[in-house]
Amino acid sequence: MTAAMSISLDVNGERVDAQVLPRLNLADFLREHLQLTGTHVGCEHGVCGACTVRVNGEIVRSCLMLAVQTHGASVETIEGLSDSGEIADLQAAFRNRNALQCGFCTPGMLMAAQDLLKQDAEPDRKRIREHLSGNYCRCTGYQAIIDAVETAARARLGRRS
Amino acid sequence: MKASAFSYTRATSVVNALELLGAHGDKAKVLSGGQSLMPAMNLRLISPELIVDIGEIAELRGIAVSGDVVTIGALTRHVDLTRSPEIAAHAPLLTEAIAHVAHPAIRNRGTLGGSLAHADPASELPACMVALNATIVVRGQSGERRIAAEDFFRGIYETALSPQELLVAVELPVGQNNAAHFFREFARRHGDYAIAGLAAQAIVERDVFADLRLAFFAVGDRPVLAKAARKLVNVAITLAVLSDASTALAQELAPHDDQQASASMRRHLAKVLLARCASALLGRSDLIAGRSV
Repeated sequence: MTAAMSISLDVNGERVDAQVLPRLNLADFLREHLQLTGTHVGCEHGVCGACTVRVNGEIVRSCLMLAVQTHGASVETIEGLSDSGEIADLQAAFRNRNALQCGFCTPGMLMAAQDLLKQDAEPDRKRIREHLSGNYCRCTGYQAIIDAVETAARARLGRRS
Repeated sequence: MKASAFSYTRATSVVNALELLGAHGDKAKVLSGGQSLMPAMNLRLISPELIVDIGEIAELRGIAVSGDVVTIGALTRHVDLTRSPEIAAHAPLLTEAIAHVAHPAIRNRGTLGGSLAHADPASELPACMVALNATIVVRGQSGERRIAAEDFFRGIYETALSPQELLVAVELPVGQNNAAHFFREFARRHGDYAIAGLAAQAIVERDVFADLRLAFFAVGDRPVLAKAARKLVNVAITLAVLSDASTALAQELAPHDDQQASASMRRHLAKVLLARCASALLGRSDLIAGRSV
């Protein structure tokens, strides 16, 4: 049973069939097997948030999930959210507000921020901080990231009304 | 780091999981939400030979209220608890505590059973179970055992669970009239492990505690049900009574030193939590006014 196992899943809307070893985590599967390197690997024990992806519509740590556990699941990575245009406004807000420098944390930040804005259209800064509390950024000091998420939320509300 | 190699099998039912655990014993590890197990494996703190994934066992999921008991399946995730109207109505302590457990992405995967079986002394949910007087239901091939939460936690990452058993559910008594709760923790950052915390469940009648269960966490090798609480039950709470209880609390706790805090700092914080708890539950700001603790 330490041998490779077959999995079938949906990644960014495309069906993927693969053979994976049980020990392979989802982050490494995405990066090394599918070349989806937008998902970053930082701490590998669930602390930094750089590897955040969506599984069945909910954000998870891809370093804390085995690839074999995603059999039958739908996985969305930063490439999927970016290509579909779902987070184009958030990405623009991050650029405008200088909410990134080295960019290592940015995919995870965007994943977590979009997750918040789907649940709460009008989050205050405290709520934004709470929702992003599991994502480390070592460059920006966070203020600019909170600004960007707040700006994007307000712009979305404006568009809706 | 990466986890070392292991075999993986997906259990199809509780019976199937118990067969696998019976056959492999402590060489196997149960994978529930994986939010504690996977970090430990990635850090190579543990290297099980076999992972038994119970994630697909539907019978272990869900929240049901029947008579005086709320039954929560072991696979119920933190996020499910947060959103449950049954939990909000009957065990609001839990609803409040979950907000302090890690971060949204972790709460989407982490399960109640996993957290309890892992038994980290700094984590919130074991303390809530002790405060709520929960019963932990575990099943082995020879049958079921029902263990009071107070007796379930035995030490750092140690529980009454044997390697051949599976934690299947938790039973909570339905909240009584006049029930009140308090939850507070000190942590460096929201969602981090607590430096010291308190989960409390009380019955308050005419400004007096008719019952008070104080479960402190991160101040010992397991959640501590404070005996000092007895000093506050069925008496009019004065500053002198509270001070007496506070002294007793400091004496009964045996916190540890680590990079986050010294033992004496933890003892101090536990006393602060006690005063804030009494003040909040009784609506008495005079119990904390002008005091350093």
